[in-house]
Amino acid sequence: MFQESLANLWFGFGIALQPHNLWWSFVGVLIGNLIGVLPGLGALTAISMLLPITYTMHPVPAILMLAGIFYGSQYGGAIGAILLNLPSHPPHAVTCLDGYPMTKAGKGGTALGITMIASFFAASFGITVMLFASPLLVAVAFKFGPAELFSIMLLGLLAGATMSRGSPLKGVAMTLFGLLVGAVGTDVNSGVMRFTFGLIELSDRVELVALALGLFGVADFLMSVNRLRTVGSTAKLSYRDMRPSKAELKQAFWPMVRGTLVGTLFGAMPGTGPTITTFIAYAFERRISRTPERFGHGALEGVAAPEAASHSKTQVDFIPTMSLGIPGDAVMALILGALLIQGIQPGPQLITEHADIFWGLIASFWIGNVLLMIMNVPMIGIWVKMLQVPYRFLYPSAMFFIAVGVYSTNSSLFDVAEVLAFGLIGAVFIALDFPIAPILLGYVLGPMVEENFRRALLIARGDMMVFLQRPISAVFIGLCALLVLGQLLFGLRDALRKREAAAASPART
Amino acid sequence: MSVRNPLTSLPKDYLGGALMVLIGVGAIVEGTRYSFGSLHRMGPGFFPVALGTLLALVGVVIGVIGWLEHAPGAASERKTLPPEWRGWACIVGSLIAFVVLGHYGGLVPATAALVFISALGDRQNSVKSSLLLTAVMLVICVVVFWWALQMNFPLFRWG
Repeated sequence: MFQESLANLWFGFGIALQPHNLWWSFVGVLIGNLIGVLPGLGALTAISMLLPITYTMHPVPAILMLAGIFYGSQYGGAIGAILLNLPSHPPHAVTCLDGYPMTKAGKGGTALGITMIASFFAASFGITVMLFASPLLVAVAFKFGPAELFSIMLLGLLAGATMSRGSPLKGVAMTLFGLLVGAVGTDVNSGVMRFTFGLIELSDRVELVALALGLFGVADFLMSVNRLRTVGSTAKLSYRDMRPSKAELKQAFWPMVRGTLVGTLFGAMPGTGPTITTFIAYAFERRISRTPERFGHGALEGVAAPEAASHSKTQVDFIPTMSLGIPGDAVMALILGALLIQGIQPGPQLITEHADIFWGLIASFWIGNVLLMIMNVPMIGIWVKMLQVPYRFLYPSAMFFIAVGVYSTNSSLFDVAEVLAFGLIGAVFIALDFPIAPILLGYVLGPMVEENFRRALLIARGDMMVFLQRPISAVFIGLCALLVLGQLLFGLRDALRKREAAAASPART
Repeated sequence: MSVRNPLTSLPKDYLGGALMVLIGVGAIVEGTRYSFGSLHRMGPGFFPVALGTLLALVGVVIGVIGWLEHAPGAASERKTLPPEWRGWACIVGSLIAFVVLGHYGGLVPATAALVFISALGDRQNSVKSSLLLTAVMLVICVVVFWWALQMNFPLFRWG
């Protein structure tokens, strides 16, 4: 078992180190890092902008590049959060809390250095877990029939809807909306066109890139135009500042380990978002600290733990995505979408049928993370300069890349109009405090959920009890019920508390 | 608080809940046009109608919870940002311009319009700085996308 995994890893390094694959991995990491640094652009925008380019590529370099963009942009996002107090990607919001005070105290370089070490450590741990856990999961996954697949997808969707930030009910609503968007197009079983409203372009489903860029690009610009002011950072950094002292390393070591474990745990659970993971890692670190009052004023632990958590989660997240075909969050949904476009069906058979992709990807994670370490040390000065690009130049340029990128997927202007439509829809949802990431999850999983639901009931002759009679499926349904019940109790308690508080305070008019 | 816009004075959750009910009912109405089938053999209409029903129900619950939390007398603690009509109009307009000009004029006019109009949406951009940005993006557009990536989009076309 152990030796087999190592042999596979060796094989993977062989794939990832092929000059062609290595090159695209490097390009992905570089571009991801670059876009991640730019204020207001996060991993989701970065991946969806570059998705069209990968359509014409061979699957292996395409997926290596997309993965590179993902963790590259995470690295970049931390730079913005620490130096400018500007979380370009929501999971980094918590890094701002202590990272920015450190910058103000002239220790921004140390914070970045620790972030880098924590990220690398956490990513390596996550990769190791992935290396050994995936084959185990696959052995179980081969026992999955339509009923099990439906139940686990239901669990993933429910967790994705309720475990992110904001109201769980609104998350559920957005997931349902996403599932409806996923139903647009030709029904595979009957050939009936659904929700196309007479538009022939819609018969081939809503375009993934258009949906993602509308929701995470245009909607975001609509919400932040004239509201996001970047204050230029005056921080001057050289790579000497980034080397933490021995005492600082010692101080950050255990938070780093704990953050990594939190991230690994949450990565293994389908549907838990990255933001909630970093917040929990931070809260946990503060609770067990002997000096909790230091948090929020530049505590090194408050930077190390959440950054480690976010990176180990990133790696572990790939396990359910690749071996079950069930993405953990919106970014994974995008990567899954890219695989499907390449004609690769993620699932237990992926590891055996497309061993080059799977093991190549794992090996490339390591190579990519090493590249990031090497690259970020000399380039930190450039990133600091990039941070000063004002938003007023940034978003029109991004609009251009979005429009051209979406056009190039199908050479269709209709897709550009789709971006606008989803941008407006997304902005309305954001304005009404709805989380929009579940929409993408619902959209990508929608057809698979429907397909397995229909198939399971066809086999069981319409008996809904099939989901409870099969043991594995019953466990997932039970977890779903627990999740809903728990959320109901929490929600009820909060609502009552608010009502009491409102009644207790004198009425203000 | 004497005169207030009736739309913005409503709690957000009423609007959100109502919107979900609207989308849900819309999905049911459209979904019933496709054959429904039975649990055993589901038709193409089954899944959309089921989703629409769930969404409408969730919408109702969101509204009700909004009502529970919005106890009478309690001032809404959420502050709303002022509307940003100029930015919104420019961003939406720029994409419409890209689609229309892309169809009738080609890549160059479409790109120019997109960047220029969307740049004007930011109050700190002047006509001059917007034009400058447009020029830069046009160069990138032609060199990277048209020449290097050979995108299937003519630089100019008529009609």
